[in-house]
Amino acid sequence: MAAPNKGRRQAGSPGRPGRTLALFLIAMVALTGGMFWSGHVTPRLGIDLAGGTSITLEAKNTPGKPNAINKTNMDTAVSIIERRVNGLGVSEAEVQTQGDKNIIVNIPKGTNEKQAQKQVGTTAQLYFRPVLTVAAGSPIAAPSASPSGSPSPSASPDKAGNSDKAGDGKAGDDEASATPTSSATAQGRAVTDALKKDTTPTPTDSAASDADKKDADKSGDAATPSPSADPAEEAAAAALEKKFTSLDCSKQAQRTSVNQDAAPEDTIVACGKNSGGEWEKYVLGPAEIEGTDVDDAKGVLDPQRGMWIVTMDFTKGGTKKFQTITAKLSQQQAPMNQFAIVLDGDVVSAPSVSQTLGGSAEISGSFTQQSAQDLANILSYGALPLSFQEQSVTTVTAALGGEQLEAGLIAGAIGLALVIIYLVAYYRGLAGIAIISLGASGVLTYTIMSLLGPGIGFALNLPAVCGAIVAIGITADSFIVYFERVRDEIREGRTLRPAVERAWPRARRTILVSDFVSFLAAAVLFVVTVGKVQGFAFTLGLTTLLDVVVVFFFTKPVMTLLARTKFFSSGHPWSGLDPQRLGAKPPLRRSRTAVRVSAPIDPKEA
Amino acid sequence: MSKLGDLGARLYRGEVGYDFIGKRMFWYAISILITITAIVAVAVRGLNMGIEFKGGAVFTIPKTEASISQVQEDAERASGHDAIVQKLGNGTMRIQVTELDTAQSAKVKTQLAKDLNVDENKIAADLVGPSWGETIANKAWNGLAIFMVLVVIYLAIAFEWRMAVAALIALIHDLTITVGVYALVGFEVTPGTVIGLLTILGYSLYDTVVVFDSLKEGSEKITKQSRWTYSEVANRSINSTLVRSINTTVVALLPVGGLLFIGGGFLGAGMLNDISLSLFVGLAAGAYSSIFIATPLVADLKERDPQIKALKKRVLAKRAAAAAKGEPADGSADDADGGDGGYEDGGDGTEPGTPAPAGAGASAGQRPRGGRGRPSGPGGRR
Repeated sequence: MAAPNKGRRQAGSPGRPGRTLALFLIAMVALTGGMFWSGHVTPRLGIDLAGGTSITLEAKNTPGKPNAINKTNMDTAVSIIERRVNGLGVSEAEVQTQGDKNIIVNIPKGTNEKQAQKQVGTTAQLYFRPVLTVAAGSPIAAPSASPSGSPSPSASPDKAGNSDKAGDGKAGDDEASATPTSSATAQGRAVTDALKKDTTPTPTDSAASDADKKDADKSGDAATPSPSADPAEEAAAAALEKKFTSLDCSKQAQRTSVNQDAAPEDTIVACGKNSGGEWEKYVLGPAEIEGTDVDDAKGVLDPQRGMWIVTMDFTKGGTKKFQTITAKLSQQQAPMNQFAIVLDGDVVSAPSVSQTLGGSAEISGSFTQQSAQDLANILSYGALPLSFQEQSVTTVTAALGGEQLEAGLIAGAIGLALVIIYLVAYYRGLAGIAIISLGASGVLTYTIMSLLGPGIGFALNLPAVCGAIVAIGITADSFIVYFERVRDEIREGRTLRPAVERAWPRARRTILVSDFVSFLAAAVLFVVTVGKVQGFAFTLGLTTLLDVVVVFFFTKPVMTLLARTKFFSSGHPWSGLDPQRLGAKPPLRRSRTAVRVSAPIDPKEA
Repeated sequence: MSKLGDLGARLYRGEVGYDFIGKRMFWYAISILITITAIVAVAVRGLNMGIEFKGGAVFTIPKTEASISQVQEDAERASGHDAIVQKLGNGTMRIQVTELDTAQSAKVKTQLAKDLNVDENKIAADLVGPSWGETIANKAWNGLAIFMVLVVIYLAIAFEWRMAVAALIALIHDLTITVGVYALVGFEVTPGTVIGLLTILGYSLYDTVVVFDSLKEGSEKITKQSRWTYSEVANRSINSTLVRSINTTVVALLPVGGLLFIGGGFLGAGMLNDISLSLFVGLAAGAYSSIFIATPLVADLKERDPQIKALKKRVLAKRAAAAAKGEPADGSADDADGGDGGYEDGGDGTEPGTPAPAGAGASAGQRPRGGRGRPSGPGGRR
């Protein structure tokens, strides 16, 4: 902000108007310079002016979770939604909470709004999928260890009682594992191999038994890949292979699109960062466990090992599924002994399994406190923590927005012109001071708004433009209060210089009290309301603050300086301070010294 | 204009004075009448709630050859619901269809594009859930309630509780009238309207605060004199700040008026209009109420105070005594010139024989004690 923290020495005395003014101007130049330097020379325009789509979501309370709508959950939801919309390859999309239960998603022009709408607000998809193949995240074929050895099918039915292991009629055959190679295998090969090990899954109906079924397939299959004879499947495998080889994980658009339409039961290709922070790509089997199976997850510090881990608790159904999958995976070799935690198509983590696990699990890795808690968050809320309802979807074509803005600006210019005409007619020369003050105020408002764009994501929407226009009146009102006070003093028979100084403390109090009321209204509205009202309130509050700054550090010093000029102090008929015109009482003692000009400044004609 | 300046001078000196306080019952009656009309209008006619409160879709289509009735037919056929079509200033049309959901609105949009032969991407669709307006309105009510509580507390501290109460009544009065105008004229209530209405909050009080400030100053040492009653001092405060009130109101209304007429003229309808219309009505009501309602109310409340009652008795008694000698001198001894030791060498603006009703202008707490630049020229002395 401009420098409002200067000493208030010049409260009622002339102080050092020159210095105050110089400081004010320096602050103004610095702000303007900062604006040009930052390269944001125009305020960011809101969706309604620049065009785009704005979606408002309202969190709905889920039965049984009365306290689900809290800040943590909202923030989690925002970050999940943000990952989705920005996955569209849009850098400009914004997701913000508004109020305590709304999320506003602004998607600027030039994106597929239908796709965006689909992405937003649906619950996040969190799946646990078995890892079939891993490779480095670039499209160049890299050596990858293809599964070798023949893992024995896990024949350990766990407590859950899935003894119907082969009950689905897809008993694994006895073929030996395909091509164990120690040499580098092209990624494609790995995919094919991996795929061969996979079965065509059936759509889920009853989660638990289905998981068991799949599990049976898996454990049989993993060890015994059967070349599938189904041409369609072959084609799918080939397509997937192609996808996998060409996938470049460092490109976000690719990451997003690669498995966009994948169903949980499909085999997919996905990206994820390894512990070293490098992209890796995976071929993943059908989902075994869904986000809804995770009951709770926490990032905790393991006291024994002194490292951060993530612990998960599963729901009852989830526990069963988890036991089956871990039992099976623990028998496999790397990388097949890993399961990938996939959130919205990205692999968040791919821990390996070394033993059968029950109702709770821990994921260890090179976690920091932050990353452990983030992962725990994602696990707990992998499905959006809250369900949302679309409240409004606004599409604005930029043309319409531009028209509105234009009309607003024209209206503002005309309003400003009218104000100036009125002020000149009434205050004559004094209006000049009002006009340059308004100018200063305008420059400050503009630069600060431009800087707030990148600073706090402030975007100028149409209501905010209205707010700025309405604020012209508020700002001008302060000058009127001061000018009238000065005139009152002159009517008392004072000469201009003492009048200017005497009028100030009283005018100042009035200005502060009334501006405080305006600011209070703006602040309350800003805190309490959502959406458009908020933008309006923000602008109103900002301009009110700037009004005070300008009156204190610009208008007052200018007034003090001008009071020393002959034009004003002699009460020129056009100065607006003509004692005769104002009907001043004749002073009791006219003093010649009062009209001494102390600073030879050229009179400023308005 | 200089006429007004002249009037300002005469008002300031108390040569001219309108008896706002004396005629307060008349103004109260008018306000009560308007307020009752407003309440009845809202109760009977109800408010014409915009689509944001009912839910539905708003399509804005660029300029086409089609007439309004054609477009309306098309829209109703495409959606199966009633459609309201407005033509905006620049030839674009605004179609409002209630009760559409996202999927339907996309269909309607496509259909409209086909029917009217325009590019689908040029049609803006605005989809609003029925709870959206409700959310905004509810939050607005919350904001309103919180603001009222805070502002009453603040004014009670800055001035006194009576002024806070009067300001609050004036504020409610302004809001009621604005809402009433909407009900009477049948303007559509949109979130923009709500925004405008909320802005009146800070703004309607601006004028009131200016008058109160002058009143506070004028009545600081009121019990130490026996020339004027509180009501008379209040009346003079209104009169001496009248020009200020007129100017601040005009200057505030000019940009809003610009928004209202120009925004409306260009675009026919929209956010600009909604905001500025409620602002315009509210501001005008606010200016009126600060002069005719708020200050007289303060005087009314204050006159119940035992000290002020006693003062009134004293003043009237004194006047009765003076009546034999004819007219009491009108107060040309001015109140605006309090003892302001800051730069005066002591000339307290009281002229002999005429104890001014005013006390010292700025209270000690707010007066700069240190840092006097230099004593002002002798012209400042009286």
